[in-house]
Amino acid sequence: MLRFILRRLGFMVLTVILASIIIFWATTVLPGDVASQTLGRFATDKAKTELRHKLGLDRPLTVQYTTWLGDYVRGDWGTSPSMVTAVRPVVFERLRNSFMLAIVAFALYVPLGILLGLVAALKRNTWVDNAISVGSLAFIGLPEFVSGVILISVFAVQLHWFPPQSAIDPQSSFTQAFPYLVLPAITVALTSLAYVIRMTRSSTVDVLQMDYVRTANLKGLPPRRVLFTHVLRNSMLPTITVVAIGIGWLIGGLIVTEAVYAYPGIGRLLLFAIQRRDLQLIQSTALLIVIIYVVANLVADILYAVLNPRIRYT
Amino acid sequence: MARPVFEIEGLHIDYTTESGVLPAVRDVSLAVHEHESFGLVGESGSGKSTLAMGAIRYLASNGRVTEGSVRLNGVELLGLPGKELRELWGSRIGVVYQSPLSALNPSIVIGRQLAEVARQHLGLDRAAAFARVAEMLTKVAMPDPEAVMKRYPHQLSGGMLQRCVIAMVLMTHPSLLIMDEPTTALDVTTQAVVLDLVADLKREFDSAILYITHDLGVITKICDRVGVMYAGEFMEQADLRELFKRPRHPYTLDLLGCVPRFDPTPQKRSLVTIPGAIPRVDELPHGCIFAPRCKFVEDACRAARPPLAEVAARHLSACRRWQDVPLPAAYLREATEAMSAPEMERGRHEVLAAAAAAEVHFKSAKGLIRGRTARPIRAVDGVDLQVRVGQTLGVVGESGSGKTTVARAIIGLTPATGGTITLHGKPLPRSTGKRPRATLREIQMVFQNPDASLNPTRSVGDAIMRPLTLLGGLGHQIAKGKAKDLLEAVSLPVSYFDRLPHELSGGEKQRVAIARAFAAEPGLILCDEPISSLDVSVQGSLMNLLMKLQVEKCTSYVFISHDLSAVQHLSDAIAVVYLGHVMEIGEAVLVLTPPLHPYTEALLSAVPLADPDVKQKPIRLGGSVPSAMDVPPGCRFHPRCPRFLGDICREQEPPWREGEGDHRVYCHIPLDELARLQVETLVLAGEERGA
Repeated sequence: MLRFILRRLGFMVLTVILASIIIFWATTVLPGDVASQTLGRFATDKAKTELRHKLGLDRPLTVQYTTWLGDYVRGDWGTSPSMVTAVRPVVFERLRNSFMLAIVAFALYVPLGILLGLVAALKRNTWVDNAISVGSLAFIGLPEFVSGVILISVFAVQLHWFPPQSAIDPQSSFTQAFPYLVLPAITVALTSLAYVIRMTRSSTVDVLQMDYVRTANLKGLPPRRVLFTHVLRNSMLPTITVVAIGIGWLIGGLIVTEAVYAYPGIGRLLLFAIQRRDLQLIQSTALLIVIIYVVANLVADILYAVLNPRIRYT
Repeated sequence: MARPVFEIEGLHIDYTTESGVLPAVRDVSLAVHEHESFGLVGESGSGKSTLAMGAIRYLASNGRVTEGSVRLNGVELLGLPGKELRELWGSRIGVVYQSPLSALNPSIVIGRQLAEVARQHLGLDRAAAFARVAEMLTKVAMPDPEAVMKRYPHQLSGGMLQRCVIAMVLMTHPSLLIMDEPTTALDVTTQAVVLDLVADLKREFDSAILYITHDLGVITKICDRVGVMYAGEFMEQADLRELFKRPRHPYTLDLLGCVPRFDPTPQKRSLVTIPGAIPRVDELPHGCIFAPRCKFVEDACRAARPPLAEVAARHLSACRRWQDVPLPAAYLREATEAMSAPEMERGRHEVLAAAAAAEVHFKSAKGLIRGRTARPIRAVDGVDLQVRVGQTLGVVGESGSGKTTVARAIIGLTPATGGTITLHGKPLPRSTGKRPRATLREIQMVFQNPDASLNPTRSVGDAIMRPLTLLGGLGHQIAKGKAKDLLEAVSLPVSYFDRLPHELSGGEKQRVAIARAFAAEPGLILCDEPISSLDVSVQGSLMNLLMKLQVEKCTSYVFISHDLSAVQHLSDAIAVVYLGHVMEIGEAVLVLTPPLHPYTEALLSAVPLADPDVKQKPIRLGGSVPSAMDVPPGCRFHPRCPRFLGDICREQEPPWREGEGDHRVYCHIPLDELARLQVETLVLAGEERGA
């Protein structure tokens, strides 16, 4: 097991390095020069050259890259030209906010999705199953900026249950932020719910038809025991993997939702950085998001290996 | 006789489907007594499993018992509340399934799964339940039960798993044991061990056994009484010996005829076939349901359905003409014909294709980053064999012996990593990619699973035309005509040309695959277990087809199978393969009568022959084929060899001992000594059986 984790960790480091190269390369070759951006259109060439030299942009790319990555690993993420503050505290503050949103969304759609998926599987091919499947599918095609706007107009504008936007102070505590988290979390949950339901339903239907479920029944075990010991243990495997991989997206990928609600998460920070061509901020944020995705995948892999004895130690 | 333990009376089972109500089982009765085992046989679709599962009320949600009575120890099961029924399941009723690997939960260790039964029904606590499991595992002759209990199902072999399942169901001393094809998924050698175990346990436990199988050979090893089912009804019920020696229904007679008899003579004979297919239960004929396929049919048979009636003591038959049903031996002689190619005698001795010291070693690289050189997997490890023109070379061995890989190396799908493959005496490039088109045309293959080898989106005609246009270089119109001829040659209607594979039955699909193989007019066809996944009656007709086409086209076959009866039936020569190496090869008669190599001998004695009077040697192989990564030194068979000599087998590779013709045996024991040992065991076996 230890070897398995070490190997996966090795792959993870490789992935992150590869991603860092792509991110770095993309930010340097993109049109738009930092110097002209920062100093304005009327800056003299001399001033631009001096700034470039100050920022180290006149050095060879490989040197720039290794310096940047080295600094990044050491925790020196530089200062953001557009926000005129150190990058790292800002990014981590936003990461914390994204994390809060992710937790609320996760707590909404994962248990609900699994429950509905199970019910659909146990009542398969009845009207209950059809209602759940059709209902959840209706939301899968709805983009967040549509469902978000609908939710805002119904629950915020008309019913006044929740605030219409979530531009909270980035340093708010979880309890302070909570009322602002509900609508964005529901928006996120709506799109993901269908995946969890469908995954749970199809794997549970498969498992229910397995010979070992017949064995468990014909052992004379009570139905409840058959369900919990024999069915769930196996049918949850694919769902757990999908959900765990989803965590990465939940924390680092909610750019649209955060934008719709003006929520100060990491996705919105990235959007902001791109609009301002703030290279320092783009690079740091993007790489952090990559790391989050990779870690989520690692967690999914390890969970799967722990729960499925057939692939352990490989 | 004592009151029966398990009685079914007038049972009807219906399935509700989109196309209406299907009466899957109709008016079926049977009784099983203590210590007795009742065999249920019949083709697939005959309703055997539905009957057994319906009787204990475990049916799919659309299945329903509509009529009848089922009593276990006098207690009526139909109408019993669900909760009480569940209490009988697992305690009074035990079920053993076809595939032990899928019957056990993959993510729970064996010990816990077995202990569940003890805790549920015997009221034992955790520790006591585990102790009971260990005790039961010891009873089914499981080596090292404590270790096995900590394993997951995928870590054990099929034979060991089936023993675990048997231990599990016997834990509560059930009154009724339902065994649904419990050895079908196992290797012959393992099957023999499990059958022995069941026979032993039958004596020790007083359970009544309902044994479902399509294999008449297995029936003779286990059952006391047999019921032959057809399309949801019993055609015949009788005691074992009576049924085999004096069947009173044409269906039983035909089933017996589908199975190759064990008589290795150079003269080949066809098998009895049952024309047509089992009818759907919603399209049953008006009179006798077997009439459309029956060879003894009269007009009166079609008028009214004959009831299952007692025609002799303890012998029921549903045939009007039961008195006219001939004795099997005479019937089989008459209904089958000799198959031989008259004009090919001279050519027959020429070698068409050969493998010399062929090797297929797979590298198993471990770790992408630190690529350590692991030991290779020696799937094929020095195989020599020859296929002669117009003849069949049978290749037998347990799974994991490398049979399939040898075939794939010959055709070039898995390139050999050593040795040479020759065709007409000329060495061939090792992979298909480097072989000239003429060579590709010359060697064709038929695979085990026609579902996987036929493209589901291409019509039957397309599949057969492809080799004609690609390898034969024929134009579209000519190819189309030839494809239709080929359909006729494999006895399929020409109207099948435009059908898609999913519209065909398993046997029909395999006929298409055979037609496709013949389309290229090859000299050699490699048949990799082509009939294993099919019903007995279909197996018989496919074997007849293969023999017929061989005689007509003078094609050579390599026939790979784990089924020694089928191999001896079809083959002129036989190669016995173990762990990537030939153990014995030669003319079929010489290899099998008597079997000289200890491995051949063990395989042969493991084959369940469909004749209750035949005495077979009780030679059993322990364990399973070792991994091809850890080939034992010396003679690779020594760890399992019943005739193990000592250090010489462990340390030195055995010599090839030359027998008559090109018969060769790979063993340290001289041939005359092996022959002498044969006689001794035969005598011993006779005494044991007689006692």
